[in-house]
Amino acid sequence: MLTYTIRRFLLALLTIWAISVLSFAIIQLPPGDYVTAYIAQLASSGVDVTPEFAENLRQQYGLDSPVYVQYLKWMQQISRGNFGRSLEWRVPVLDIIGDRLWLTMAVSVSAVLFTWGLALPIGIYSAVRQYSIADYIFTFIGFIGLAVPSFLLALILMYVGFRYFGANIGGLFSPEYLQADWSLGKLWDLIKHLPLPALILGTAGTAQLIRIMRANLLDELRKPYVITARAKGMSELRLILKYPVRAAMNPFISTLGYLFPFIISGSIIVALVLGLPTIGPLLLRALVAQDMFLAGTIVLFLGILTVLGTFISDILLMWVDPRIRFERRE
Amino acid sequence: MADQIARANGQPPMLTVEGLKTYFFTDEGTVRAVDGASFEVQAGKTVGIVGESGCGKSVTALSILRIVERPGRIVAGQILLRRPNAKAPVDLALLEAEGAEIRAIRGGEIALVFQEPMTSFSPHYTIGNQIVETIQLHQDVGKEEARNRTIELLRMVGIPNPERRIDEYPFELSGGLRQRMMIAMALSCNPKILIADEPTTALDVTTQAQILDLLRDIQQRTQMSVIIITHDMGVIAEMTDDVIVMYLGRVVESGPVDEIFHQPKHPYTQALLRSIPSIFAEPRTKLPTIAGSIPHPHNRPTGCPFHPRCAEAMPGICDRHEPRLRPISEAHFASCFLYHEPEAAPPS
Ligand SMILES: Nc1ncnc2c1ncn2[C@@H]1O[C@H](COP(=O)(O)OP(=O)(O)OP(=O)(O)O)[C@@H](O)[C@H]1O
Ligand code: SF4
Ligand SMILES: [Mg+2]
Repeated sequence: MLTYTIRRFLLALLTIWAISVLSFAIIQLPPGDYVTAYIAQLASSGVDVTPEFAENLRQQYGLDSPVYVQYLKWMQQISRGNFGRSLEWRVPVLDIIGDRLWLTMAVSVSAVLFTWGLALPIGIYSAVRQYSIADYIFTFIGFIGLAVPSFLLALILMYVGFRYFGANIGGLFSPEYLQADWSLGKLWDLIKHLPLPALILGTAGTAQLIRIMRANLLDELRKPYVITARAKGMSELRLILKYPVRAAMNPFISTLGYLFPFIISGSIIVALVLGLPTIGPLLLRALVAQDMFLAGTIVLFLGILTVLGTFISDILLMWVDPRIRFERRE
Repeated sequence: MADQIARANGQPPMLTVEGLKTYFFTDEGTVRAVDGASFEVQAGKTVGIVGESGCGKSVTALSILRIVERPGRIVAGQILLRRPNAKAPVDLALLEAEGAEIRAIRGGEIALVFQEPMTSFSPHYTIGNQIVETIQLHQDVGKEEARNRTIELLRMVGIPNPERRIDEYPFELSGGLRQRMMIAMALSCNPKILIADEPTTALDVTTQAQILDLLRDIQQRTQMSVIIITHDMGVIAEMTDDVIVMYLGRVVESGPVDEIFHQPKHPYTQALLRSIPSIFAEPRTKLPTIAGSIPHPHNRPTGCPFHPRCAEAMPGICDRHEPRLRPISEAHFASCFLYHEPEAAPPS
C-alpha cells in the first residue's frame, strides 16, 4: 500500500507538470498576445500607438522570445515563488490571486460540506424508506434543485433578501470588513456570509448526490450481507450505517477530487451575480484580456488543487474499501 | 396439531409454526409466498424443509426471524418459540419487527446461515470484526474476551490458523472457509435453533460434504435444533430427523424422515422422490422438475394447489376444496383428499 501511495504521488507530480505545460499552452493558443489586445484597447480609445512602442512592450514582457523559452522563464520564476506580474493590473500575480484563492477554497469547502451534509442523510432516508411520501417529496425537490440554474437561484435569493429583509446578501464580507486586515472578527464575518453561496452553489450537486446515494444504497440494501447483519440482531439504524452506507460511500469519495474545479467553473456566473471575491470571475476576466501570467497561474493552481484532491480521494478510497487496498497491495 | 405431537412424545416442540401467511404486496399483485404453513421443530432434532424453487422456504425462514422485507408482511399465523425459563412460549409473529425483544432472539436464540457464502459477509470489515460484533450484541463481554471466543469458534468449525484468519477479509477466503466462518458466526451465541438455508448449494461437492459433516457434528455436540432448507433429497436423507415438504407456500406433508422416504403419502412428495433415480446411488443430485410447471405466484389454483399437476387429482373435489394437513399416523401428516374427506362447503 505504501508503494502504491508513493507511485500514486509521483504520478500526481507528473500530472502537475503536464498541467503546467498545458496551462501555458492554453494561454498561448489564442491569436495575438496581450500587447495586441492592449494596443487594440488603446486604439479604440483614440490613442495613437506607434510600432516602436508595441515592440518595446513586447520586449519588456519577453513576448518576442520563442514559446519554450517563455515557458522555461515562467517556470523558473515560479520555482522562486515569483509568478510574474499581471499584464493588465501591473502588480505581481500573487497579490491579485492571494486572498481570492483562499476565499474560493472557503466557498468551495462550505459548498461541499453543505452538499454532503444534506445529500447523505436525505439519500439514506430516501433509500431506506423507498416510495414513502418523504421519498417522493425529496425526489421532487431534488429535480427542481437540478433544473433551476444556480445563478437564477442566486438572483431570486438576493431579490427576496433585499425586498423582504432589506439586506444586501451579496459578497463575502460586511462593508466594514471589506478592506480590513485579517482578524478573528473578519473571519467570523466571513463564516456568517458563507452559508448563502454554499446553499446556492451546492444545490445542484446536492440534488445529484441524493440521487446517487439513493441508487447506490438501494443496490447495497439488496445484498445478502444486509440480511446477515439483520439476522444477527443488530438494530436497523446501526446496521445501515455500518454496512451498506459505507459501501455506498465510494462514489462520494471518488468524486471529491473533481468537485473543486466543478464548483469553480460552475460558479463564475453565480460569483458575478453575488459579487463573490472568488477566483472564477478573475479567471474569466484574465482570459478575456489575455492577461497570460494571471490566467496561467490561476489555471495552474486549479490544476494542482484538482490533482491533490484526486490524490487525497484515492487514498481515502483505499482506507474506506479494503478490496481496493488489496487490489493495490503490490 | 401442536397438541397432538406434544402428547405423542411428551415434550412440547421448540418451535411451532401455525397457519403462517407471509404475503408480498407488490405493484403487480399479492404474492402469497407463504400461505398457511404449519410445522413443528422438536428440541435437539434436525428438520428438513424441501420443495421446488419459489415454494416459500426462504420466506418461511425470514418470517421466523421477522426479517421479511417490505413489501412483504406476515398477515396471519403464529410462530411460537419455547424459551427455557418461560412458562408460555413467545409468539414471534406478534413481536415488533425492530424491537429489542426480537433482536435479542435473532442471532441469540435463532441463528441463520444462508446460501451465499460469497456475499453474506460485508467486504468492508474483517471476519473477526463481524463475529465479535455478533457476540457483543448478545453477550456482555469485552472486546478481548469476544475475540478469544471468536478464535475458539473458528477452531471449532475447522478453520486452520484461526489466530491469523480472524483478521482476514471475506474476499481472502475460499467459499468453503467462508461458509465455515458463517457457521461460526451463527454458533457464536449458542442458539437454540439454527436455520441453514441451502447452506451448501453454492459449494463444490467435496466442500458440500465437509460442511454437512460439520453441521451434523455440531448439532450432535450442542444438541440444538436445526432447520435445514434444501432442494436436495440427498441432503434430507443424510441430515434430518423430520421432513417438511412445501408446495406453493404450504406444508403438504410432514413426518419422520424414514416414513417420508419409505411411505410418502402426498402425490407431490411421491413425485419429488420419483424424480431422483436412487437417493443412495447419487446423494446430491439436483431435483429434476416434476411434470407441469409451478403456477405463477400471482394466480394460484383454486382447491388443492397441486391439482393441475397431480396425476391422482379427483375432478370436482381437488379443484374445488382445499385439503387440510391431517395426521396419517402419529407424527406423519399429509394434506390431500386421498387421506381425508373434504369437510367444508366449497368456497363460493
Ligand atoms: N422481496 C420479495 N418481493 C416479492 N416477492 C418475493 C420477495 N421475496 C420472495 N418473493 C416471492 O416469494 C415466493 C417464495 O420465495 P422464496 O424465496 O421463499 O422461495 P424458496 O422456496 O426459498 O425458493 P428457492 O429454492 O429458489 O430459494 C416466490 O414466489 C418469490 O417470488
Ligand atoms: S388433494 Fe387431490 S390434487 Fe391435491 S394432491 Fe391430493 S389427490 Fe392430488
Ligand atoms: Mg430460497
